[in-house]
Amino acid sequence: MSDADAIPEYKSKPGASDDVGITNLSAFSSGPGIKSMAEVLAIVAVAVVLIGGAEFLLGFFEVPQYVLPKPSEIAMALVGDFHLILPHLGYTLVELLSGFAIGAAVGLVMAAVITQFPFVEKVVTPYILLLVTTPMLALVPLLILRFGFGFTPRIIAVALAAGPMVMINAATGFRRVDRAKIALARSYGASTLQIFWKIRAPMALPMILVGLMIGSIFGLLTAVGAEMVGGGFGLGNRLTSYSSMIQMPQFFAVVLILSILGILIYVLFFFIGKKWASWEA
Amino acid sequence: MDGQNNPKLSVRGATKVYSTRSGDLVAIDRCSLDVKAGEIVSIVGPSGCGKTTLLWSMSGLHPLSSGEVLLDGKPVKGPNPEIGMVFQEATLLPWRNLDSNIRFPFEIKGNRPDEAWIGELLHKVGLEGFGSRFPRELSGGMQQRAALVRALSFKPSVLLMDEPFGALDSFTREEMNRLVEQIWLETQTTIVLITHSIEEAIFLSDRVIVMSARPGRVAKEYKVPFPRPRSFEIMSTKEVFDLTNAIKLEIVGDQKSRFAQQASDTIQPAAE
Repeated sequence: MSDADAIPEYKSKPGASDDVGITNLSAFSSGPGIKSMAEVLAIVAVAVVLIGGAEFLLGFFEVPQYVLPKPSEIAMALVGDFHLILPHLGYTLVELLSGFAIGAAVGLVMAAVITQFPFVEKVVTPYILLLVTTPMLALVPLLILRFGFGFTPRIIAVALAAGPMVMINAATGFRRVDRAKIALARSYGASTLQIFWKIRAPMALPMILVGLMIGSIFGLLTAVGAEMVGGGFGLGNRLTSYSSMIQMPQFFAVVLILSILGILIYVLFFFIGKKWASWEA
Repeated sequence: MDGQNNPKLSVRGATKVYSTRSGDLVAIDRCSLDVKAGEIVSIVGPSGCGKTTLLWSMSGLHPLSSGEVLLDGKPVKGPNPEIGMVFQEATLLPWRNLDSNIRFPFEIKGNRPDEAWIGELLHKVGLEGFGSRFPRELSGGMQQRAALVRALSFKPSVLLMDEPFGALDSFTREEMNRLVEQIWLETQTTIVLITHSIEEAIFLSDRVIVMSARPGRVAKEYKVPFPRPRSFEIMSTKEVFDLTNAIKLEIVGDQKSRFAQQASDTIQPAAE
């Protein structure tokens, strides 16, 4: 396409995204922003073609419902059974929000404190990496043994999944020390606390937001996974329940709700990032 | 205002030693200089001669290994509200707009910003109406002008400038020099300026101090006796030309002897 070949416009500062940890900030800055009505129409048209095509092909080849339900059947299940699914959505959200809040708060505080002490940071980092890379879902059976089938094991699992993600990204942010900016603040007699709140924290903010976004998506993943492992409620539990009863339209309705939830999380952080971290672009 | 002969800013035997992995590094060695109230003094010298170290010590940003800095006769031990700093880069905070950047010093100090004075400064540097712009929306020259306004906003009696215009193109740089001259004519702020540009040093200063290569020492001092404002005509006279060359020779000569020394120190077999 000619658009992609066009010489990019000169930018005075090619965003400093070289010091970024788990992911980069392109989610906030260089996302393919929707610009015109034509683009919106094209996106809608693609959706219509995909959904309509699936509807037609599944009908034409007479694919049985238990293999893959038609989009119309999924939509009807979503509308018809929404009142049955809604409480489970609520439970999942409670687990996600409380687990994420705990994990993110602990992760943020730890990142802020640890980066102040390079030695401590060096010692702690391998263990944090271990926490990041270990799928916390693996611990859920153990947590259920210890805490039963209620909210507690799930909230703990979500916190354990989200916390290290938030921490490792926030730590990357807090580590971005700009000697000149700190010298500037110090030349006005700024205290350590002032330097933290007025220089270090705003500089870390874009990376903190990235951490929060990844952390919350990991949290959602872990919450649903934990619900599938055990316990009688939550969207994950609905997935196992509907699939065991071969209620595929309902099953896909739940999958759809989960996708929408994930997208909402992304959009939320996208706009927070646009508002508070767009200076990084 | 007080005692005519007492220097505004006085550096006495300033020595700064950094301890590095490869041993101690003497950045500046027994530097002494006096700056009178209302004077503009430039410090030039080969790169790595400790100019910035000296300036940062004068501002109280980092402590000296030995020696002292006196402001109005009182030792400078830490950041001082009488001293304004302009750094190599504009160092605007990218998440704040221009207005908020300029009021940053007041926010740190917990004082009410002097709005009338800030307005006047913004008018002088031609940044009126740009208050809601963010740093990345401003040109390099505009950013450095904003940094100048920020440094002058709290009316410091001494302005320390660390290669403030080094990153600007030469036209913008001349424009900034004239701006500093104009502000000086109106405020008589004492200015110490570090620069790589001998032209800039001569244009702005009452005195130019040449530092020797590491360890940095005050090697020589040149008086710049031309009247202000220094017009293009004055700046193209033979006197200015000769002074420029003399300073250049002093710096280059010093470098030459250093290279000669290094070469004789490190004669190694050519074949590897």
